[in-house]
Amino acid sequence: MKTAKAVNADETEKTAKATKPAKTSSIRKKRIAGTVVIYIILTIISIIWLIPVVWVVLTSFRAEPGAFTSNFIPEHWTLNNYKGLWANTVFPFKAWFFNTLWVSCISCVISTFLTLSVAYVLSRLRFAFRKPYMNFALILGMFPGFMSMIAVYFILKAVGLTQNLWALIIQYSAGSGLGFYISKGFFDTIPRSLDEAARIDGATNGQVFMHIIMPNSGPIVVYTALMAFMAPWNDYIFANVIMGDNYNKWTVAIGLYQMIQKNNVYKYFTQFNAGCVCVGVPIMILFFCLQKFYVAGVTGGAVKG
Amino acid sequence: MEKDGKALKKEKVSSLPKLTFKDKEAGSYFIMGFANFADHQIVKGFIFLATEIAYIAFMIMKGGDLLHGLYTLGTKKQGWATEPGKLLPVLQPGDNSMLFLLYGIMALVITGVFIVVYLVNISSARKLLSLRRAGKRPNTFSQDFRSLNDTNFHGAMLTLPMLGILFVIVLPIIFMILIAFTNYDSNHQVPGNLFHWVGFTNFAAILGANKLLSYTFLHVIGWTLVWAVIATFSNYFLGIIVALMINYKEIRLKAMWRSILVTTIAIPQFISLLVMQNMFSMYGPINELLVHLGFGRVDFLVNNATNARIVVLVVNLWIGIPYTMLITSGILMNIPSEMYESAKIDGASPIQIFFHITLPYVLFVTAPYLITQFIANLNNFNVIFLLSGGGPTTTDYFQAGKTDLLVTWLYKLTVNNYDYNLASVIGIFSFIICAVTSLIAYHHTASYKREEEFQ
Repeated sequence: MKTAKAVNADETEKTAKATKPAKTSSIRKKRIAGTVVIYIILTIISIIWLIPVVWVVLTSFRAEPGAFTSNFIPEHWTLNNYKGLWANTVFPFKAWFFNTLWVSCISCVISTFLTLSVAYVLSRLRFAFRKPYMNFALILGMFPGFMSMIAVYFILKAVGLTQNLWALIIQYSAGSGLGFYISKGFFDTIPRSLDEAARIDGATNGQVFMHIIMPNSGPIVVYTALMAFMAPWNDYIFANVIMGDNYNKWTVAIGLYQMIQKNNVYKYFTQFNAGCVCVGVPIMILFFCLQKFYVAGVTGGAVKG
Repeated sequence: MEKDGKALKKEKVSSLPKLTFKDKEAGSYFIMGFANFADHQIVKGFIFLATEIAYIAFMIMKGGDLLHGLYTLGTKKQGWATEPGKLLPVLQPGDNSMLFLLYGIMALVITGVFIVVYLVNISSARKLLSLRRAGKRPNTFSQDFRSLNDTNFHGAMLTLPMLGILFVIVLPIIFMILIAFTNYDSNHQVPGNLFHWVGFTNFAAILGANKLLSYTFLHVIGWTLVWAVIATFSNYFLGIIVALMINYKEIRLKAMWRSILVTTIAIPQFISLLVMQNMFSMYGPINELLVHLGFGRVDFLVNNATNARIVVLVVNLWIGIPYTMLITSGILMNIPSEMYESAKIDGASPIQIFFHITLPYVLFVTAPYLITQFIANLNNFNVIFLLSGGGPTTTDYFQAGKTDLLVTWLYKLTVNNYDYNLASVIGIFSFIICAVTSLIAYHHTASYKREEEFQ
């Protein structure tokens, strides 16, 4: 796997630096100038990338109300935004947070399992409707997702599931049979000889999947789960259509969006920022811990040639 | 591969004997599961038979009406009528065209599922016939059940996902495609009103019959394509350049620079976009800074179309560069250093090296990613909707703003305007654009052509 190499490349670079041959002074000067320019550019880029993040964090601790103040750093600091946010009854952020957490945990488990098993079946087994299924999935993926949201809404309504968190879970996991590309690409790179040996020893396809493929696919399992887990935190459209005005069942995406609409923005802007920190920080920590799996996932699908 | 699959299937089917009416298994043509009963597969036969009975019962009791409803989409309009013996008129519920359409499609889907079960039943009968001729015993139900974990593993694993896809994705898509051929717009809302089949009227309206609509459509589609091309390639190239800078030998603290950028990936997009919207607003921090520095306020998003378009593209860079950086920096490290060395010896300039070594290499590996990104940008709802809301609004357009993409226009038509029929037509066009682009692109990438080779 190429990506494992990539992760370790930092170390190899360091050793390369130690054995660097001596250069003539003019080349070295040029190189130093280049390095300085790059440092400057990187610093500017970092500032641009960090300012919005810093701004959110600072605003979340700001005591002055209102959406816009002329100073970047708050004049008075407070924790009341956080306290107010979690105790808020008009905008029940606490409920939204746990709604989203619940939905994303359940749909993460369901869709990770479905995606991986579909990917395994398509990668390893050969059956009549395999190719049609793959082409079909490719075509379905090209319809704008929420073109069908109204129909989904009425179907869920017909089964009596609207304004219910299970509706969201169904919505987020039902399509997981279509998102097999990356994991299938990864499974394709696991040597066939492994599962053939197991098959000769009498293992069933189910056992090969559980005992051979899964243990060898750590990064892709984590990647699939991470993507599935993060989806509900980001989705605004479907959650909005399905939940409607039942604000106790909202997810954080709808809730926070409502908080900064025209009528509420003055009163709730600092609480909105506190909410952003509360949602953003856990996801950020999760993402940083699993970052290398993410890269392995994205390139593992692409770097299969 | 396509051919292989078909050949395999053909071989499998043709190796089974044809059912003739001399064989008792032919009873399966009329009574599903007949062959299974005859050959001691009681449970399986019972399942087939129960399916048939249930389907016939459904069609007699409900299905016929549902299919007829799909054809008429309702005939009785909601209205006031005075019932005999009552003094005042009472509101009489009318037909709900939307439900007629939805249930009609469901009846069709159920019929489709039934046909599949019927075909399975026939092939099961043929299998039994061949087994009987060969003098072998057919599988018992528990053997069949156990095969789900092995030879029929794909059946076990694909059933649930396929049902999910069928009811939550395919059925709604069929529904919305059919809506494009009706007049289900703001003037024909259920349950107060009926809507009807109108053929290709909506397509004609969008393609030219309705001046305002076709003008809007043309301009929105133009901006969508411009947006997708610029957004995809600017992110891609600038991301690669940032990755190259971080990977430059002399630069220290690589992990730190990378992490700073990755922060933005980790923050849920809707948060960073809503924050950006506030930063660029009339009294937001960026304008305050400009005022402090002695410049005037700049209208970034509200009324100035050009500014708004530039801002969405720039913010999209803020969102997208880290992704490309993260993905390509691993690939960049994989480029064999000998290639660079020999290029340098031959006297290539850094720019030549970038265009002739780095870029082709990265492009080769990330082609599928690039295509996915392009499609995602064509449908990039979040960046536009959460940032500019499609605005600035204009009266030149029908219910669309100057930065609206096809998808956000579709969303507005649906949610604000209830013009479901127009929204569906736009969805279909959006699909066509995506399909054409990605089919062309995928067929030119190596990984698609060589799907079987590396296994």
